[in-house]
Amino acid sequence: MASAGTQKSANALARTTSVDEGRQIFLRGCSSCHGINAEGGDIAPSLIGVGAASVDFQVGTGRMPLADMSQQAARKRPLYNPEQVAALAAYVASLAPGPEIPNQVVASYERDGNTAQGGELFRTNCAMCHNFSGQGGALSQGKYAPSLMGSTPAQIYEAMITGPQSMPVFGDKVISPADKLSIIKWIKAAQNEPNLGGASLGRIGPVTEGLLVWTLGLGLLIGIAVWLATKAR
Amino acid sequence: MSSAEKRAGTVANYVDERTGAAKWLKKNLTKVFPDHWSFMLGEVALYSFIILLLTGVFLTFWFDPSQREVLYQGAYQPLSGIKMSAAYASTLNISFDVRGGLLMRQIHHWAALLFMAAIVAHLMRVFFTGAFRKPREFNWIIGIGLLTLGIVEGFLGYSLPDDLLSGTGIRIAEAIIQAIPVVGSYLSFFAFGGPFPGESFIPRIFTVHVLLLPGIFLALITAHLMLVWYQKHTQYPGPGRTEKNVVGYPLMPVYMAKAGGFFFIVFGVTAFLAAVASINPIWLYGPYTPTQISAGSQPDWYMGWLDGLVRMAPNLESHIFNHTISWNILIPGLIVPGILFTGMALYPFIESWLTNDKREHHLLDRPRNAPNRTALGAMSLAFILVTLLNGGNDLIATHFALSINQITWMSRIGVLVLPPIAFVVTKRLCLSLQRHDRDLVLHGRETGRLQLLPHGEFVEVHEPISEAKAWVLTQHDQPPALEFVTEDEAGVKAPRGALNRLRARMSAATVEQIPRVEGNDLKEIEHH
Repeated sequence: MASAGTQKSANALARTTSVDEGRQIFLRGCSSCHGINAEGGDIAPSLIGVGAASVDFQVGTGRMPLADMSQQAARKRPLYNPEQVAALAAYVASLAPGPEIPNQVVASYERDGNTAQGGELFRTNCAMCHNFSGQGGALSQGKYAPSLMGSTPAQIYEAMITGPQSMPVFGDKVISPADKLSIIKWIKAAQNEPNLGGASLGRIGPVTEGLLVWTLGLGLLIGIAVWLATKAR
Repeated sequence: MSSAEKRAGTVANYVDERTGAAKWLKKNLTKVFPDHWSFMLGEVALYSFIILLLTGVFLTFWFDPSQREVLYQGAYQPLSGIKMSAAYASTLNISFDVRGGLLMRQIHHWAALLFMAAIVAHLMRVFFTGAFRKPREFNWIIGIGLLTLGIVEGFLGYSLPDDLLSGTGIRIAEAIIQAIPVVGSYLSFFAFGGPFPGESFIPRIFTVHVLLLPGIFLALITAHLMLVWYQKHTQYPGPGRTEKNVVGYPLMPVYMAKAGGFFFIVFGVTAFLAAVASINPIWLYGPYTPTQISAGSQPDWYMGWLDGLVRMAPNLESHIFNHTISWNILIPGLIVPGILFTGMALYPFIESWLTNDKREHHLLDRPRNAPNRTALGAMSLAFILVTLLNGGNDLIATHFALSINQITWMSRIGVLVLPPIAFVVTKRLCLSLQRHDRDLVLHGRETGRLQLLPHGEFVEVHEPISEAKAWVLTQHDQPPALEFVTEDEAGVKAPRGALNRLRARMSAATVEQIPRVEGNDLKEIEHH
């Protein structure tokens, strides 16, 4: 326990320095919309109480800072490096308590998660927006549920506990932490799912199949029919 | 004669003495069919059907059409230990544990998509060339029957595995049944043997899918082909081709070889698709549970237009005597398809009524020479394309970064506005092509060679087209519009005046044509 205590104080020290560093980054890159003290403004919400998890997700996936004022912040290459993201997260977490970055929680997803159970939970709670294999889907007015094919375990967990953009919050009473790990394990399996039946055609259902049968399938056969009906010269 | 030939002759004679087959074969094996690639679209449909029968039989050996709940313990790990229906588990089993099972499933499904695509392409060929005209109206109706049953058969087929996607489709089918006023909920209870989803539906549609509908298919296809045989195949116009003959090749040996070979080509293309491209990966969808749904749930393409119609329907509902009428489902799900298919089936009779054409037709129309019909076809295609695209509105939204609401609104407007535009544009295009034909016959084809005349003028040299081509461009009928006497000399009005006026006006629109080149025109040109 003693070593845990030393660890804790060391962490606290590191946190103070990174809080200051995070505040500097915040003032330069975020405050024009979120306000000098992260209190929010006309176009951006208050960040007091959103927690480190929210910052890690939004900035770590490149969604923040916002590229433009379109319907939804798109995933893009992060503007800040991991240390800067951590500093920003520490600063926002210092404003008020909120969900923490779940790095340690998700570390054991391989061991503690159950892929098949995760699939059931995913189809019940997530597939309605993110599609049956996590390819994403449309929401109203140009908004969308993004593809999960590039998401890391921590990002998936953060999305569930913070509910970014149109996504609802799936608190621990709705989906227990253990179940969250199963969902993560299933999504990782879906990311690595081999194409068992040949080319996947995007894993978005019958639309691409219909497109292929009319173009390649019937196209090929009509070509052959034209060839067969050509008179020998 | 060698001894082998003698033996074969003895066997043939033995059979002939007992069946009289020789005379029948001699007559029918030499039957002549015209040659054109577009006549092979129906063949693609026929061969896909044979492939469907063969692969379908294979699948029934392992498929368990039951909604009994089982615990999956098969090879596909991400579903291990999940509760599912026996139907879904056995489909997983076919896919992963039966040797060659996945390939067979994929051939079966690709062949089904190809079957429907070939039927639609064949239908378009028949429509645009006027092949449905007398005496082939019944065969047209049989064809529409096959198309309709094909849609139902395909839907039932992909519903059998009881996966999350197909279960969603059945749920929508249930909603459409329930939308039928007054009797809807009773019909739904009847179909599902109680409340949705129940345990009866999969076994029931299995019987319909593998027994009832294939039986009807076989009967209808036989009748379809027998009529083609008896009425003889239509042919495109050309020198030496008349309403009384068929110019082409004999069944034996030319078409035996061609059609036989083409069957294997169709089988090959289907097997190729099945080998390289995944279709209906039910293991990714998961087992069906009414509490689950996936984004981007679409039906197979031949139902896509129906889905698109339902997706674009405005949210209309009436409440009469404590009874809900869901117009939002009733109109797109039943009324519009009903009108479409009835109109399609009756079209040969409608056209014959408008043109008062009761003659037999064995020579096909070039689509441009029937501008109204071609325009009507283009209009229908525009309608179906808009609805089909709207069936994928969510995928279009995500893949092209658009708003699903705007796509839906564009579809609502487009489905009303684009078909009439397609009609007008196509009709003008047809008339313009007719003008071009007339020009070709009268002035010849442009050679691209420029000539400088002595006084400095440049002219392009035209070359007369071949007689054969000129024949094709001038052989078509141009009947006059119908006229009806509205009053006799005594001023007595004829009966059915309003109907006749409508018929005369539609007839005038139908026969609108650029005058084809006649003998007099040619004489005039020789004068120049």
